[in-house]
Amino acid sequence: METQSSESPVRTAHLPQVTEPRNPGMDLDLDWVRAVQVNTSAIERRAATLPGRRSVKKEYQAAWLLKAITMIDLTTLSGDDTVGRVRRLCAKARQPVALSVLQALDMPPITTGAVCVYHDMIETAVGALHGTGIPVAAVSTGFPAGLSPFHLRVAEIEESVKAGAEEIDIVISRRHVLSGDWQALYEEMKAFRVACGDAHVKAILATGELGSLRNVARASLVCMMAGADFIKTSTGKESVNATLPVSLVMIRAIRDYYDRTGYRVGYKPAGGISKAKDALVYLSLIKDELGDRWLEPDLFRFGASSLLGDIERQLEHYVTGSYSAGYRHSMG
Amino acid sequence: MTVKEIFETMDYGPAPESAAEALAWLVDQGDKFGHYIDGAFTKPGKGFESRNPANGEVLAKLTQAKQADVDAAVAAARKAQPKWEKLGGAGRARYLYAIARLLQKHSRLFAVLESLDNGKPIRESRDIDIPLAQRHFYYHAGMAQLMDSELPDAEALGVCGQIIPWNFPLLMLAWKIAPALAMGNTVVLKPAEYTSLTALLFADICTQAGLPKGVVNIVTGDGAVGEMIVNSDVDKIAFTGSTVVGRRIREATAGSGKELTLELGGKSAYIVFDDADIDSAIEGLVDAIWFNQGQVCCAGSRLLVQEGIADRFHDKLCARMDKLRIGDPLDKCIDVGAVVDPVQLQTIKSMVESNTVGHVHQAACDLPANGCYYPPTLISGLETSDPLMQEEIFGPVLVSSTFRTPEEAVELANNTRYGLAATVWTENVNLALDIAPKLVAGVVWVNATNLFDAAAGFGGVRESGFGREGGWEGLAAYTKPKGKAKPLAKVEAIMGEGAPVDLIDRTAKMFVGGKQARPDSGYSKPVWGKSGLLGHVGLANRKDVRNAVEAAAGAKGWSNTTGHLRAQILYYIGENLSARADEFAARIDAMTGKKDGAKEVEASIQRLFTAAAWADKYDGQVHGVPIRGVAIAMKESVGVIGALCADEAPLLGLVSAMAPAIAMGNRVVLTASEPYPLAATDFYQILETSDVPAGVVNILTGSHAELAKPLASHLNVDAVWSFSSTDLSKEIEVVSAGNLKRTWVNNATAFDWGMDHSRRFLQASTEIKNIWVPYGE
Repeated sequence: METQSSESPVRTAHLPQVTEPRNPGMDLDLDWVRAVQVNTSAIERRAATLPGRRSVKKEYQAAWLLKAITMIDLTTLSGDDTVGRVRRLCAKARQPVALSVLQALDMPPITTGAVCVYHDMIETAVGALHGTGIPVAAVSTGFPAGLSPFHLRVAEIEESVKAGAEEIDIVISRRHVLSGDWQALYEEMKAFRVACGDAHVKAILATGELGSLRNVARASLVCMMAGADFIKTSTGKESVNATLPVSLVMIRAIRDYYDRTGYRVGYKPAGGISKAKDALVYLSLIKDELGDRWLEPDLFRFGASSLLGDIERQLEHYVTGSYSAGYRHSMG
Repeated sequence: MTVKEIFETMDYGPAPESAAEALAWLVDQGDKFGHYIDGAFTKPGKGFESRNPANGEVLAKLTQAKQADVDAAVAAARKAQPKWEKLGGAGRARYLYAIARLLQKHSRLFAVLESLDNGKPIRESRDIDIPLAQRHFYYHAGMAQLMDSELPDAEALGVCGQIIPWNFPLLMLAWKIAPALAMGNTVVLKPAEYTSLTALLFADICTQAGLPKGVVNIVTGDGAVGEMIVNSDVDKIAFTGSTVVGRRIREATAGSGKELTLELGGKSAYIVFDDADIDSAIEGLVDAIWFNQGQVCCAGSRLLVQEGIADRFHDKLCARMDKLRIGDPLDKCIDVGAVVDPVQLQTIKSMVESNTVGHVHQAACDLPANGCYYPPTLISGLETSDPLMQEEIFGPVLVSSTFRTPEEAVELANNTRYGLAATVWTENVNLALDIAPKLVAGVVWVNATNLFDAAAGFGGVRESGFGREGGWEGLAAYTKPKGKAKPLAKVEAIMGEGAPVDLIDRTAKMFVGGKQARPDSGYSKPVWGKSGLLGHVGLANRKDVRNAVEAAAGAKGWSNTTGHLRAQILYYIGENLSARADEFAARIDAMTGKKDGAKEVEASIQRLFTAAAWADKYDGQVHGVPIRGVAIAMKESVGVIGALCADEAPLLGLVSAMAPAIAMGNRVVLTASEPYPLAATDFYQILETSDVPAGVVNILTGSHAELAKPLASHLNVDAVWSFSSTDLSKEIEVVSAGNLKRTWVNNATAFDWGMDHSRRFLQASTEIKNIWVPYGE
């Protein structure tokens, strides 16, 4: 079991994560895993009423939306990605909001949390983001199904880290969850974590394929026990991606893990979050269930591609008082 | 704060809902209101101010009703009632539907006005109170439509006086008015003096809907006005409020023949087993005790946690409490608003301050500097003997204790005079479905709390009151069987003298706990027939009542037997009675001097067979509530029923009451026909040979007048019925207020025992418990 990593401060200088010790993991505690209960109806009720219980308006909304931008993993994961496409995305990550809007809000420049690509695009992205401090995240381990040979999945991580990815989004073997083989899940996750070295590892649970919220909670715990830095809902390729109920279950697992071990694990909902309003609800959920410390990019990310566009429009609306149009904001 | 600063702090800012439209509506009304009587507002008179509890500002001036106003309102309702009823269900449905639509169209105005007046968060009035109020009118529009076909034997009660509390002003109005109107009644309603504004806006809606004049009348004022309504010429009183006032209303309406339903206080248990989803159970507590500042009659205010998880549960609960946001009720981002009035705030404060035990945690949230605010509070480590575990606080204060086993959880939960609601958290379906029926409450929520819907009845047992609001079961509170009852004259025993007819003295004893028992008094009285002395019966006194009730209470195993078993025993009683039919017929004829004994015995056998038939068929329902899950309306036995049996039909009167009652699992204490008691004492021999378990049926003989009070005041009797020809209705109902037992008294009217009234008896023999079970994996 590795201890706290000694990351170079240069690589993550713009992120406060240097102050947060990495989750070293712990021995698999099956008693804890099996004792986890999730009542689906109750979770859904909490999720359904949350948007009615929390409201963020005016300058608060503007500030929250800017914060949301800094937590976006701006993502392109398409078969037709090219160097040009990735460069354009990276340019957007460097300057996600029009300067005029930032000036009107009296805000210094901000960037997105990271850029997320497939392995082949890491080099391009690292080059395009040079000097910005924006980390490149790579999806890995036979993303999205995670069914390629195990040694190749591990090797893929190592290649990606070598290529300059500072964050690795791995996919777990859903079959381990569905068959209740927590030991196998734990060992798989642990091997991925080791392969990542200093790069942070986000464990994608593919929650839409885990069968039940109880399984989501248990898989979350096992991955954290095995040393995940982040747990993440989905690949974006399942039929059901990030939802509020799933998020509630996962962040409550994070809270329990923190209460028990003292280590903060990050959370990344991915797929399906495309509206500024939804982003605000997610931030409220995190604020209320986990606390303000998690409202920073080292502990929370949105995996999203179209969310940024909607936020930009809302921000311009706040500044001008008029509803905005998509073409007024630069493409990512 | 600047955007840049907020970007760092990530605070919630203010998110106010505008009060402008609601305040403008008040201005349009002149900021002054009279009463709504006979379709129009009266001129505002002397009265009181309605204030916003969040800031103390005066919202409007309201009029204190005088006797003349109440009389005018009742007269208007009386005048309008026949035509309203005659309009028919379908006709009434249109008006109810129109009201529902109008409530929906003005939903935000209602919500804002409610929050201004009451102090509840706008989220609750907007997302819960107002939509549920609409739902009640839609639902009961449907009930009006179906009344003619589905309730062909029911008719309206007439004029209903309705007195509602301040915690859910419009919602309680809807719960009261919608079913009353649907069934053809007209109403005089008094909102609470703290919170009358949405009722007055509702009056406006009635006018907009074109509701006929006098169908809905609203008078404002304090408790004195409520008292005037209780004492006025109405046919029914429906009250929601405190147990203290409910008891006074019970006493005031005793013997008046006014129907009564009471929805009173509670100290509802919130049970968390060690296999529960703990975080969800804690979130449930937010909706149980911090919903509406804890000013909820069914608030889960008494937390019971299984010992093994208690420490962790309380730690998590305190952490959750610290995240609650308390403040301006019109802010869309707060969880807890203002307590309704400084008086209520003071009550909460002094109750909490009077407590010296346990551990107190108050949420570490900021309280507004001004206004009626009280922090969410948890007092843990209390025992059942501590006053705060027993007394309703009606504020955002949760008390807690622990338990070891499911059995102990049930005992602790039921260790209360109240019986309104209960909540159970466990992921074990066996445990949940075992516990829910054992909890003494009218509503049980499994893995959820404070779920309400018009389709599911709401109401309590024990001192939480009686009657149900909502669902099919709620219609009973606003209907009566068609037909007019005839007066009942006192039935006198035949007097005589001389030697006995039969020289072998046969001693009729009483029947208590499955044994023949001599009267405690040591006194007997003779029973004469036309032909001479028929025998003697004992004169029971209060100690015999005590013994009989103790036996009945001890026989609670009967309530857990199957309907099939109870049917078998009832058939067996009928069979044994049939074998001795001639003897019973002769005995009846000898006592009454009439010749219809044989007919009476035959009818009695029929009642036994009918009750046996129903024993396993008087089914509950599954209500169509708008959740993924079910609300199971279970019919449960009432418990111990004491009955003064009919004088005029010595066997049939007794059997008609006994058979349905025991078929439903009740245990009974029956007082025999006073003039003709020997049919009852012969009957215990039938019981003895029919496998009836000891204590299920107990039979006393003696004076109804003497036994009525000890029976009706006994705190371990759950319901009392009187069909005696001695008019004891008032006396019985007055003393029944002690534990608010259910009463069914004849008010000196006759019952046609030749007719089969089994359904009415079955209804009186059961309480409906709604068990909400959301599901989904």
